[in-house]
Amino acid sequence: MDREEQVLFAGFGGQGVLSMGQFLTHAAMGEGKNVSWVPSYGAEMRGGTANCLVTIAEEEISSPLTENPMTAVIMNRPSLDKFEPKIQPHGTVVLNSSLVDRLPERDDLNVLQLPVTELAEKMNNPRGANMILLGAYIQKTSVVSLDDVMNNFDVIFKGKNPKVIEKNKEAFLAGVEYARKNWK
Amino acid sequence: MGKILMKGNEALAEGALIAGCQGFFGYPITPSSEIAEYMARKFPQLGGIFLQAESELAAINMVYGAAATGARVMTASSGPGISLKQEGISFIAEAELPCLIVNISRGGPGLGGIQPAQSDYFQATRGGGHGDYRLIVLAPSSVQEMMDYAIEGFDLADRYRIPVMLMAEGTLGQMMEPIYVREPVKPAIEKPWATTGCAGRSPNIINTLHLSPEVLEHRNQHLQRKYDQLQANESRAETFMTDDADLILVAFGLMSRVVKKAVIEARKQGIKVGLIRPITLWPFPDAIIKEAAEKAQMFLSVEISMGQMIEDIRLAVDGAVPVDFYGRIGIIPNPEEIYSEIIRIAEREGF
Repeated sequence: MDREEQVLFAGFGGQGVLSMGQFLTHAAMGEGKNVSWVPSYGAEMRGGTANCLVTIAEEEISSPLTENPMTAVIMNRPSLDKFEPKIQPHGTVVLNSSLVDRLPERDDLNVLQLPVTELAEKMNNPRGANMILLGAYIQKTSVVSLDDVMNNFDVIFKGKNPKVIEKNKEAFLAGVEYARKNWK
Repeated sequence: MGKILMKGNEALAEGALIAGCQGFFGYPITPSSEIAEYMARKFPQLGGIFLQAESELAAINMVYGAAATGARVMTASSGPGISLKQEGISFIAEAELPCLIVNISRGGPGLGGIQPAQSDYFQATRGGGHGDYRLIVLAPSSVQEMMDYAIEGFDLADRYRIPVMLMAEGTLGQMMEPIYVREPVKPAIEKPWATTGCAGRSPNIINTLHLSPEVLEHRNQHLQRKYDQLQANESRAETFMTDDADLILVAFGLMSRVVKKAVIEARKQGIKVGLIRPITLWPFPDAIIKEAAEKAQMFLSVEISMGQMIEDIRLAVDGAVPVDFYGRIGIIPNPEEIYSEIIRIAEREGF
């Protein structure tokens, strides 16, 4: 990781986009990093658009905001249309290819795609799509250490039903597995 | 204890509880509602009072009444709700009752929008309601400061017998950062003026009607002396790389952190820029700005408004150097945008 990493998570409301960002924020905080989580807020509703920006840094975070994140995790097509032009040169875009029916037009981006909606449905865990994507993304980029995430899983989900935690863990590991096999 | 991850609004509410706040009276409005929600969850266990009033007008008058008893109490809202509270705030200021008023601000005028703004600056720093009065106005820039300033706000309110306003952009209320949770505070200031029942003593009367012009003028002079004292002792600002700066940016709240990043980037290009971040919007840090104006060539006010704080900067600078403006509304300008503005000015002015 560079000294500062800014990751944008974007998708439909209800896809767990804000939760993905919070999960990563918690995980990075668990590693002793400086973090911030800034949600878009508005008259949000299921099916509307939602996004959040996570900043992870070794040093104190001056600005928790940016126009140009290094990485964008994109859960649906409108989010790709909106944010593709804003990703930093040679940045990374992680795509939910189940719902994004095109590739980025830019040729400088590092594109990682996986059909998370389909994978989640196959696992009979449709609400776990976000965790699959997150698992794959963390496995591939090591933005936070996988071991730390696994060790902190229960802390991050503190207060949640153990069954829910288990389902999320399964989905997360499926994503890790997918990235190991498919993203060389 | 280590750091915990909290939303700005929740950190502020928890800070108020740490400060010994015993009552919250409010009416929900985006983007401030998490404060009310947090208090509604916590107060029943703690024995405090959470009351969702029928209107902002009712809420602020409940604060007025409860503060008169000497209890630490608060309200929170956003622009349109704070406007409705102005009459009560004017009464509380004249009655010299300590309390905390929070504005998690959004863009106006009118119903405006719900996205972040700083366009309630005039309302906050000029009193807002009728009559000659001021509030102490604190502007946090991080989730940690949302907690810290809530605690400090209650302390300042008690010490000076003045309503304290804490004003933060909507985004600061909504975002999460890890913070150190502070130790509980025991309010230490005696309140012999409080209406606590007059058994064994003469009654304390809290009243803001003064039909005699002599009494009214005397009251105003008394308040003015307090405001003079505040200006002399309590104005605060943070300065960053201002010593050799040609161009000094001035920004408060979350905005100041965005500006700081742009300043750091511009410094890497060898441009001599600095930042002054007013922490108290009232009393405004005139002296710090005036002193910086002796060396700097130019100031740039960066605000999430159409230009309000710039007037205070101009007053402080008193014509010594030009003061330029950059602002958006409903959108917090990004560091990249501020950086471009610095470069544009530096090229134009030859810095």
